[in-house]
Amino acid sequence: MTPVRELCEVLERRRVGAYHALTLVAPGIAEGARPGQFVHLLAGQDRSFPLRRPFSIHRVERPGAALGTVEVVLDVVGAGTLALSRLRPHDVVDALGPLGRPFDPPPEPAGCLLVGGGYGTAPLFFLATELRVRRCRVDFVIGAATSSRLLDAMEAKRLGHSLTVATDDGSAGRRGLVTDPVGDLLARTGAARVYACGPMPMLAAVSRVAAAAGVPCQVAVEEQMACGTGICFSCVLPVGASGGLEPSPAGDRGSSEVTRMARSCLEGPVFDGATIAWAELGLPEPELSR
Amino acid sequence: MTAERRDLSVDLCGVRLTTPVLAASGCFGFGGEMAGWVDLAAIGGVVTKSVSLESRRGRPTPRMAETPSGMLNAIGLQNPGVEAFCAGDLRFLADAGATVVASLVGRSPEEFGRLAARLDGEPGVALVEVNLSCPNVEHRGEVFATDPEAAAAVVRAVRRATGTPVLAKLTADVTDLVAVARAVMDAGADGLTLINTLLGMAVDTGRRRPRLAAVTGGLSGPAIRPVAVRCVWQVAQALPGVPIVGTGGIVTGEDAAEFLLVGATAVAVGTGNFVNPRAVVEVADGLDHYLAAQGVSSPAELPALFKAER
Repeated sequence: MTPVRELCEVLERRRVGAYHALTLVAPGIAEGARPGQFVHLLAGQDRSFPLRRPFSIHRVERPGAALGTVEVVLDVVGAGTLALSRLRPHDVVDALGPLGRPFDPPPEPAGCLLVGGGYGTAPLFFLATELRVRRCRVDFVIGAATSSRLLDAMEAKRLGHSLTVATDDGSAGRRGLVTDPVGDLLARTGAARVYACGPMPMLAAVSRVAAAAGVPCQVAVEEQMACGTGICFSCVLPVGASGGLEPSPAGDRGSSEVTRMARSCLEGPVFDGATIAWAELGLPEPELSR
Repeated sequence: MTAERRDLSVDLCGVRLTTPVLAASGCFGFGGEMAGWVDLAAIGGVVTKSVSLESRRGRPTPRMAETPSGMLNAIGLQNPGVEAFCAGDLRFLADAGATVVASLVGRSPEEFGRLAARLDGEPGVALVEVNLSCPNVEHRGEVFATDPEAAAAVVRAVRRATGTPVLAKLTADVTDLVAVARAVMDAGADGLTLINTLLGMAVDTGRRRPRLAAVTGGLSGPAIRPVAVRCVWQVAQALPGVPIVGTGGIVTGEDAAEFLLVGATAVAVGTGNFVNPRAVVEVADGLDHYLAAQGVSSPAELPALFKAER
């Protein structure tokens, strides 16, 4: 669906643990949005010419009976997110969306393992809702540095068949990385798909575990971005020459001769984890499945 | 929406532009990316992202950093190479009815000449723009546009290779811009694009590192607009009658009018496209409103109406 630009009224802003959830009245964006896509937000009319900030879509109410809203989750990390975190109901946000390539659901009902790190868990709730409509079994693993940085564990519990929680400091769930239980869960649930969103080292690790188990893995990356529309070439990452969600030939990975810089706003933010040249990003490569 | 708009068309180096508002190189992708946001045939023109003979991978990330009223970038001229450009992007733009200004980048005058020759006669290329803000491998990597002789050598090579009008894009990071402008005009350029990004740098103080992987990068956006307007003014004064495309931080119609008043024939919107994907259209609409408010019938009349004395 073609993205649009909408001036959106803020319906609600609420705290979710360490984060802020922002609900925008955005019928044009909400209508065609799919899980994994993002909105590109600009807060207020500022003479200092701020750039937009990208956020994956956390929740959608399709226009119809409802107003048509999209909800995003933001972590205050700088001036842009601080401005957005201070918005109040009835303030206006300039939004572009829905942008980017969504998650690809399995063609038939299948078991799906959803792995989220920190506020990167945000798009997985939207995804879980759609997967359940498609009669897929959904199992969640969510993790964060500490319990206040877990996103909406109760909602994950409600949407998922099972929920596994991991925190670095052990303040909630098991102590350790969110990626630690992924291998066991794949074996135990027999999941046929992995979907992950979170920091790049986590996505590299999940891709590696999924590849070792022979399970296709889609990851939604977060790259620094200016335009969101494919024209500035800031948000690139190295992918195998075949790129996108098509698996690349085994020999193609990791070498700069056969990888190319893909724009994550257009070809992503969802990529097949096996096509990303993690080694070029300084992260371990997925092992090849046999 | 534009039914009542006055005729905004201008003549740029013998090419009729529907409006004097182009999309600037490097800030509109290869054009096709924006087909869903603007009518490519209705805007003044698309200056493509620079193309080189061979594909270029570009720089590592981070490639971009937000700065006050602008941004720094170090993309590294990522492009698919001229053959893929001609087969894909250029064909798309031509089919869409866009007025295409093909931006060329090379490492030597000879490479620029070969690029110009390759594009000569390609359907849809109305003008070529020579991106001189890139390293000259034959001269210790010094940027062509900082040396009048090196810049002129590139323009001569391009001039020999093509019958298409040639714009030379210059940088303001020089002591004597007029000298460079005069040299490239004498070498056969038909017009000038002023200005490219200004070289800048920003530091992540917490991590005690540069904010860009390439350490330095090009500063763009409204932060550089006064520099760009000054450059257009200086060159227009020194070289009257030379067609100039003014660019640097244009986000509104009045911003565009600033450049036209001081002597530009047309303008190009760059970083503004990153925030507003319809910026090229909205700047032209804003210029139309400005002309109406000023009682001026055509953008081409603006330079003569400028009063240099306060």
